[in-house]
Amino acid sequence: MNSPEFPPGAQEWPRGLSRRKFARLAAASAALAGTAGCTRQPLEKIIPYVKQPELVVPGKPLYFATAMVLEGLGRGIIVESHTGRPTKIEGNPDHPASLGATDAFMQAAVLELYDPNRSKSVRHNGSDSTWAMFETAIRERLESGPVFLLTEKTTSPALIDQIRRLRETFPEFRWHHYDPLDFSTVTGGPPPQVPITLDDAEVIVALDADLFGEGLANLAHIRTWARQRHLWENGQPVKLYVAEPDVTITGAMADHRLPMRASEIAKLAEQIISGVVEGPEWVRKVVEDLRTKRGLLVAGPRQPAAVHEMIRRFQETDRQLSESEIPGGLAALTEAMRGGEVETLLVFGGNPAVNAPVDLGFAEALKGVPFSAHLSLYEDQTSGLCQWHLPQAHFLETWSDIRAFDGRVTIMQPLIEPLYGGRSAHELVAAMSGDAERRGYGVLRDFWDSLSEEAWRTALAEGVFEDPRSRSATPSPAFNDAVAVPDPEPADQITGLEISFRADPCLHDGRFARNSWLQELPAPLTKLTWGNAVIMGSATAGRLGVENEDVVELSRAGRSVRGPVMILPGHVEDAVTVHLGHGGDHGFDAYPLRTMDAFWFGDVLVEKTGEKQRLITTQHHQDMEGRHLVRHALAEDYRAKPSVIQDMGHPPAEDETFYPPSPLPVSDQQWGMAINLNTCVGCNACILACQAENNIPVVGPEQVALGREMHWIRIDTYFEESRVHFQPVPCMHCENAPCELVCPVAATVHDSEGLNVQVYNRCIGTRYCSNNCPYKVRRFNFLEYNTGVVPPLNLQKNPNVTVRSRGVMEKCTYCVQRISAARIEAKKEDRSVRDGEIVPACAQACPAEAIVFGDINDPESEVSKWKASPLNYALLGETNVRPRTTYLGKITHG
Amino acid sequence: MSDASDRPAADAAPLIAPGETWRSVTEQIGGIPLSKTSRGWLFGFAVAFAGLMLFFLSVAWLLLRGVGIWGIQIPVAWGFAIINFVWWIGIGHAGTFISAFLLLMAHEWRSSINRFAEAMTLFAVACAGLFPLLHLGRPWVFYWMLPYPDTMGLWPQFRSTLVWDVFAVGTYLLVSLLFFYLGLLPDLATMRDLAKKRWKKRLYGLFALGWRNSAVHWQRQQKLYLLLAGLATPLVVSVHSVVSFDFAITILPGWHSTIFPPYFVAGALFSGFAMVLNIILPVRKVYGLENLITRRHLNALGCVMLTVGTIVAYSYFTEALIAWYSGHSFEIYMMRNRMLGNFAPAYWFLILCNVVVPQALWSRRVRTHAGWLFLVAAFINIGMWLERFVIIIQSLHRDFLPSSWGSFGPTFWDWATLAGSLGLFFALLFLFIRFLPMISISEVKELAGKEGGREN
Repeated sequence: MNSPEFPPGAQEWPRGLSRRKFARLAAASAALAGTAGCTRQPLEKIIPYVKQPELVVPGKPLYFATAMVLEGLGRGIIVESHTGRPTKIEGNPDHPASLGATDAFMQAAVLELYDPNRSKSVRHNGSDSTWAMFETAIRERLESGPVFLLTEKTTSPALIDQIRRLRETFPEFRWHHYDPLDFSTVTGGPPPQVPITLDDAEVIVALDADLFGEGLANLAHIRTWARQRHLWENGQPVKLYVAEPDVTITGAMADHRLPMRASEIAKLAEQIISGVVEGPEWVRKVVEDLRTKRGLLVAGPRQPAAVHEMIRRFQETDRQLSESEIPGGLAALTEAMRGGEVETLLVFGGNPAVNAPVDLGFAEALKGVPFSAHLSLYEDQTSGLCQWHLPQAHFLETWSDIRAFDGRVTIMQPLIEPLYGGRSAHELVAAMSGDAERRGYGVLRDFWDSLSEEAWRTALAEGVFEDPRSRSATPSPAFNDAVAVPDPEPADQITGLEISFRADPCLHDGRFARNSWLQELPAPLTKLTWGNAVIMGSATAGRLGVENEDVVELSRAGRSVRGPVMILPGHVEDAVTVHLGHGGDHGFDAYPLRTMDAFWFGDVLVEKTGEKQRLITTQHHQDMEGRHLVRHALAEDYRAKPSVIQDMGHPPAEDETFYPPSPLPVSDQQWGMAINLNTCVGCNACILACQAENNIPVVGPEQVALGREMHWIRIDTYFEESRVHFQPVPCMHCENAPCELVCPVAATVHDSEGLNVQVYNRCIGTRYCSNNCPYKVRRFNFLEYNTGVVPPLNLQKNPNVTVRSRGVMEKCTYCVQRISAARIEAKKEDRSVRDGEIVPACAQACPAEAIVFGDINDPESEVSKWKASPLNYALLGETNVRPRTTYLGKITHG
Repeated sequence: MSDASDRPAADAAPLIAPGETWRSVTEQIGGIPLSKTSRGWLFGFAVAFAGLMLFFLSVAWLLLRGVGIWGIQIPVAWGFAIINFVWWIGIGHAGTFISAFLLLMAHEWRSSINRFAEAMTLFAVACAGLFPLLHLGRPWVFYWMLPYPDTMGLWPQFRSTLVWDVFAVGTYLLVSLLFFYLGLLPDLATMRDLAKKRWKKRLYGLFALGWRNSAVHWQRQQKLYLLLAGLATPLVVSVHSVVSFDFAITILPGWHSTIFPPYFVAGALFSGFAMVLNIILPVRKVYGLENLITRRHLNALGCVMLTVGTIVAYSYFTEALIAWYSGHSFEIYMMRNRMLGNFAPAYWFLILCNVVVPQALWSRRVRTHAGWLFLVAAFINIGMWLERFVIIIQSLHRDFLPSSWGSFGPTFWDWATLAGSLGLFFALLFLFIRFLPMISISEVKELAGKEGGREN
């Protein structure tokens, strides 16, 4: 062989290879092979994939039902798992608190699971320790004296039973609980009883009650409300009155909204109940409507017990039940700690060192406890004040159980082994009872041994079941001898400025402050990300001589904090609102202002400091400038003239063109979307659902401040006179897509089903498409935004969606991966895709069912029915881009 | 045209100073590249070179991190890079106009400045051409905009004006380069003959392509020169028209406008002539070329600027008028915001630079006074940069949906890239001045002959 095509030695055996040379070559090869063996091999024995585990097929996700716990109550979820790693959370349609929908917190939980900053080891006085050492230590303490347990609010039947039995063994054992959003957990009194259903009401009057944004029945409330308001087809849908100090998403949806200081709500309730026909027009309308229609008067949990009692006497409704026996409050515990009674304290979850009412002095008292331990996901301030820190297993790693607001139970099953060696409260209590080897599954299965194996499996698979155990509306303290401290007299007369505290709509009580998805999520009204502000009305700001971004000092009860001002249209005057849960690097911590007598609102002194601080928002302009972007009409106008919405714009007729129809192949099924502005409550669930589904990166505060946030769907919030409008804006998938015309490399093109698709691999990043997009829905990777995705965060990524690198444009795809999956299934069964088979992530998460997706060629599809409504209109239709996403105009009661 | 006797004095002034001979012209122009490097040149080049290094630094950082180092975002996804691109390409226009268009029109006054203008064109187009590549999110795949048969059967998307840009700018660069080189041939031969040092003789000789001053050479060179001029002239109109399409074909208020092509061409000539003056006036002073670039040249350049400046001013007026007349609320808002909004200072300053200040050119004294002319030209150059700033940034920052409205703040790297591109431009220009005859020796000699100079 002497063909020049083959370089020497490529094919043939070297000529004249001597025995010596062969030996030399062989030795070299062996040596090189040896170096390859130097890589680190896992210590564990690995098992070859000889026999594939049943069901686990790469590329085919599995779904498991469990629940997420917040404020002691559960919301059912279905977790999508790809070869053993949970990637996405959906709502459980059978669960009363989810109904198939989710909120932003549920969506973001999956990021928290993988957070590499979660605590990874048992710590004792600042050095690493072991579970075994802690177990020995705590057993000694239990034997030697009283042990106090402080948990978050919980309704877990198994945990309560475990604690009850522990108390039987150690009668001196005490149990207290605390939740920073429930004042009754401070006093140890009965929790406020809020109505659990809005079903029958024709008129809802919400007094400082954020029915859609807070509480654990909010998704159900949104659903009930939205179903009635959907298309305004049947008579008189439910009417909503809201009186509140700041603007919540509930207030934003109100037909009539009354800005009112939180401290004056009690007086307002009295007025309404006594039926006084005077005062503002709002009150007269409310009184009139409550007299003639089936009305529901609701006060929020922020209002004092007296208001709730007044309303309970006024009308009897189904109210939330609680466990018949409740633990003691935080006030009594702190009192005991200060008195030196508490030698041993276990804190399960929460961060009371930060979020306890500041005048209780919990953090100070905690320092004086000789033996203290904190079980939590992160090493936080409370961990820092305890001798022991114990890593907690995430709820997606845990066997547990939890009740929904209506008492039904979900057995929570783990989706993954604890990533960081954390343990659950069940396991810790079991260890205290002397059974250190007991794992969560054993605890749960034993507690629910009344369930047959079949019933157990069904309960797990369905994610919710009816529990026959008793619950009551009048719980009594059972786990300690401390009596509930009386509610302090709330200051009903605030002469100066009022401060009102609210859980952050994105960070809740602060427990999600480390979750970057939630930090970067724009708050529904203010659009603030990565921080909070001192929110006030414009007249108050004028009186204080401040404007947006001016830093003010808030002081009350001898303490002060500083934060930037944000003026919010619709905010009541002579009051400021601050969102709790911020602090550290992003925003300011408002907890230091929160005292026993001002748990939710109180007096405050506001002073200008002369400093400035940038507010990082994603929408800088909330005025529609007279453009008909969100089309709104009053109910009477709509009834008189159903075309009132469509008359507001004049899109050109489809045949007004010189061009022949496109010669490209067109498929029978054409996708389109409709978004109902009547029902969208602006809750943000869609934004995070999209982020989780589509591997959307977090860019950080500096990039958001520049205007480079990556969310594929945003919710535009506009203020128009006294109304607030929400408008979710994803890619419109225009039929005459202006982006496609200008791309020099055909990286954005139309497919046969009418999708405007973005080809990441072809995109060279001219950003011309974004300039020509009238909706500005395209998002660009200005920098490499995925550098922060360090293992194990990469496990969260959806394997069916490309992770985009620097320099490419991206945007909403209508969840094309879900379309493909449904198409493949349909092809296998030789049929076309059925209506409702494809649900984009945003639509799936939406508690209001405000987004519908489907085939616009099929007149029977839901989306076609929506688009046939006289409310249907195209945003910026006059530009003739012919968007596939259209909106249903908003109708409100006059 | 009016009678010659009515002509103002400046127009009748000679194109070159009386008494210039062929020899004096050759020695004066050809002597500059062959003389010793002056301190002034060294200093100027050092400054420009520092700018060039800044450019390299900016580009290196850009390639390392991505376009996010600039102030661009959504909605303002185009920023300094595109402003600089349009600005530089506009500056490049004067060269071709002076060389080709005026050659065809037989305006002899072009001879003293055409070489300079052509060199400026080349360097400006080089600067301009870099920006569209650098501004890409993934600049390493810029060649996907070129039509080449690739294995996936993909072609550029020919409806996109960015693809047209590639052709327009590419053609322009190629034709300008050929035109420049062809005109340079006889002078390179002259330099070869003038040079004393062997390596210089070799080098100039190499590039002179064996030019021997034969009649056949001349005949062919002149024919080709004229042909290229004919080819280049439409480019004056086409290139900037195509650049204007980048904006005009979109649906964005402030961009979507049919007046853009003529408006952009006029603007390009405006800034191009201003840049010619800004460069030629100091050079003329430093190298004592007042005898070759006379007041008549200055006057002519001033007149051209006044003419195209008036067209530009008219375009500003039309833009505003049509926005109002359209009754289109987005257009009206855009124009109101341009005049009263965040970027109103930029708009009014550009009006000052491009409309108010150039009115001084009605005065012949200004047109023939080097200092005043330099100042006016400097204003125009700044004004034309601001014009592109206003068109791009201001139109983008507030478009259809108020929810997406934003603002724009340039970063250090935005400025560094702009300053760096000036560095690149001037570094090239300094090298040109140092190594090549900056005025066409052969053409000026032709003039000297016509003006009555002697043949020795």
